[in-house]
Amino acid sequence: MSTDKLLSVHNLCVELSTAQGRIRPVDDVSIDLRRGEVMGLVGESGSGKSLTCRALMGLLPGNVTSNVTAALEVDGEHIDISSTKALRRIRGREIAMIFQNPSSYLDPLMPVWRQIAEPLLSREGLGRGEARAQAVALMRKVGIPDPPNNARAYPHQLSGGMKQRVMIAAALACKPKVLIADEPTTALDVTVQMQILRLLLDLRKESGLSIILVTHDLAVVSMVCDSVNVMYCGRIVEHGERNDVLGTPAHPYTKALLSSEPSLLGEGEELKAISGQLPPLNKLPSGCRYRSRCEFVLERCADQDPELRAVHGAHLAACLRCEELAGRNEALA
Amino acid sequence: MIIAKTMGGVRRRLALPYWTLYFGIGIVIVWTALAVFAPIVAPYSPDNQILTATLQAPNSLHWLGTDNFGRDVLSRIIWGTRVDLLMGGLGVLFPFIIGTIIGTLAGYYGGWVDRILMRLLDITMSFPFFVLIIAIVAVLGAGLVSFFIAVALVGWVSYARLVRSQFLVLKKADFVTAARSLGFSNMRIMLRHILPNAILPAIVFSMSDAVIDILLGSSLSYLGLGVRPPTPEWGLMIAESQNFMGSAWWMSLFPGLAIVILALGFSLLADGVAQRLGVAVE
Repeated sequence: MSTDKLLSVHNLCVELSTAQGRIRPVDDVSIDLRRGEVMGLVGESGSGKSLTCRALMGLLPGNVTSNVTAALEVDGEHIDISSTKALRRIRGREIAMIFQNPSSYLDPLMPVWRQIAEPLLSREGLGRGEARAQAVALMRKVGIPDPPNNARAYPHQLSGGMKQRVMIAAALACKPKVLIADEPTTALDVTVQMQILRLLLDLRKESGLSIILVTHDLAVVSMVCDSVNVMYCGRIVEHGERNDVLGTPAHPYTKALLSSEPSLLGEGEELKAISGQLPPLNKLPSGCRYRSRCEFVLERCADQDPELRAVHGAHLAACLRCEELAGRNEALA
Repeated sequence: MIIAKTMGGVRRRLALPYWTLYFGIGIVIVWTALAVFAPIVAPYSPDNQILTATLQAPNSLHWLGTDNFGRDVLSRIIWGTRVDLLMGGLGVLFPFIIGTIIGTLAGYYGGWVDRILMRLLDITMSFPFFVLIIAIVAVLGAGLVSFFIAVALVGWVSYARLVRSQFLVLKKADFVTAARSLGFSNMRIMLRHILPNAILPAIVFSMSDAVIDILLGSSLSYLGLGVRPPTPEWGLMIAESQNFMGSAWWMSLFPGLAIVILALGFSLLADGVAQRLGVAVE
C-alpha cells in the first residue's frame, strides 16, 4: 500500500440553523485517506458520520439552511466545498457514494442497465449501445449473475443484495477514486453482508479504489478496514490503524463501544450498554463532550475540551487520559 | 415505497377482471374508429339535406331519424365524433403539457419559483372554471381555436398541482439523492429520474379531464360559442333540436346519448388505468 494522500479533508464543519438555534452536527472533522485505503467511520446514530460524508458530496437535505466549511483536496487538487458546481464535478468521477437501503436508492421505473449506464450516458457522453455494453460488463464485475438477462430487470425484481450490487456498479461506472459507503450492509442479511464486503475488498484490490466505510458494526470494521475513525457528537475522538484502535483503545468511548459488542460465546452474559445517551447538540456540556457518560471522568474534564493528540505514532485520541487508558489495555492484553 | 404500493394494488386486484379498463378501451376505440372511417361508415353525407324527408322518426332508411333540414341524424353523429374527439384530445393535451412543465419547475426548484407559479395558479383557480372559459372564448371570438386556447389557459392548474405535489415528495426520495450523488445535472434529474415517477396521476387525471372537455365543448357549442353550424357536432345538434323537442325527440336524444357513451368510455378508461397502476387521484 502506497502512502500518498488521495483525499484530504481538513476542519470540516457543518452548521445548521434549526428552531432551537444553530448547531454543529459535524465539528472540526479532519480525514486523510490514502490511495487504496479502507477507512472505517464508526459511531452511534446521530454522531454525525453520515452527515460528514454527505457534506463532502454536497448532498445535505435542501430543507435546512446549512453552512459547510472545510479545506478539501482530492488527488492533489483543491476543491471549493462551498461551490455546488465544483462538487457536482467531482461527484461520480472522483468520489462516489453508495447508501444504506438499496431498495429506496434505485429508481423504481428504470431498468437496471439504465441505472448503471446513466452516469456513462450523462457524464461520459457515450452512446446507448456502448453504455449498455459497459453496464453489462460492470454488472459482471460486481457479481450479478446472468448480466444480459438481468439488465432488463427492474429494481423490484431483484433481491436486496443484488440491488446493492447494482448501486455499487452505478457508483463505479465513472471510475471514481474514492467510494463512500454509508452503512452499505446494514439493510442486508448477514450472509449477503459478507458477500458485499468481500466485493468491496476485491474492487479495492483490482482498481485501487479507496473506501470510506461508514458503519456502526465493529465486527465489519475489524474485518475490512485498514484504519478507523471513531466519531462522537460530531467530532472524531479517536483515529488510528485498525489494530491500534480496536486492540488498545485510548478513548473511553471506543472502549465502551467495544465492550458493548455482544459476544457469541459468552453465554448468559448480560449485554453491556453505554449509559445515558448522546447529549442534544444545542446543549453540549462544557469541556469534554463525552464526560457525562464516561467511566473515567475526572474533575478537570469539565474545564478542558480535549483535542486529538498522538497516543503513540499515528494513533490519535481526544481524551485527557488517553495514554493511561491505552496503556491499561496493553497491561490487560 | 411507490413500487411497494403499486405491487400491493396489483396483487390485490389480480383476482378481479379489469372489466372497467377493457370496457373503457373498447368504447374509446369504437368511437375513434367511427371518427376515422366516418366517410365510409356514415350512410349519408352529414350536410345532405333531403327536404322531402324532414323530421322523420327513426325508420329503416334513417335509423336515428332526420332533422328539420332532412339531414340524417346517424350520419351527423358519426361525423360529429371527429369534432368531439378532437375537443377531448387537444383539450387535454395543451393543459397537460403546460401544467406538467409548471408543476415540474415549481415542485423541483421550490422557493420563489414555486411561490410565483403557485400564486399564478391561485389566481386562475379563484375564478369559476366554466365562467372563465366562457369569458375567454367570448373575448377571443367563438370557435374551436378559441376553445383550445381557453382550455389551455384554465385547465393547466389541475395538472400543475398534481405534478407539483408528486415532485415535492419525490425530490427528497432516496433514489434522487443517489442520482445527485453521481453528479447528474438538475435537468437530467428532473426529466429522467423524477418526471417518469411523478407523471402517473396526471395521466390518469387526463382521461377524466377529457370527459370534462367534451362536455365543455358541447356546452359551448350549445351556447353558440363553440363550433359553428352547419358543422356536425353533438352539442350543437342538441342546441338545434331545441325547437323540435316536443315533436322530434330523436334529434336531441341520440346526440345526447353519444356524449354520454363517449364520456362513460373515458371515465371507465381512467378508472381502469388508475386501478391497474394503483394510483389514486384525489
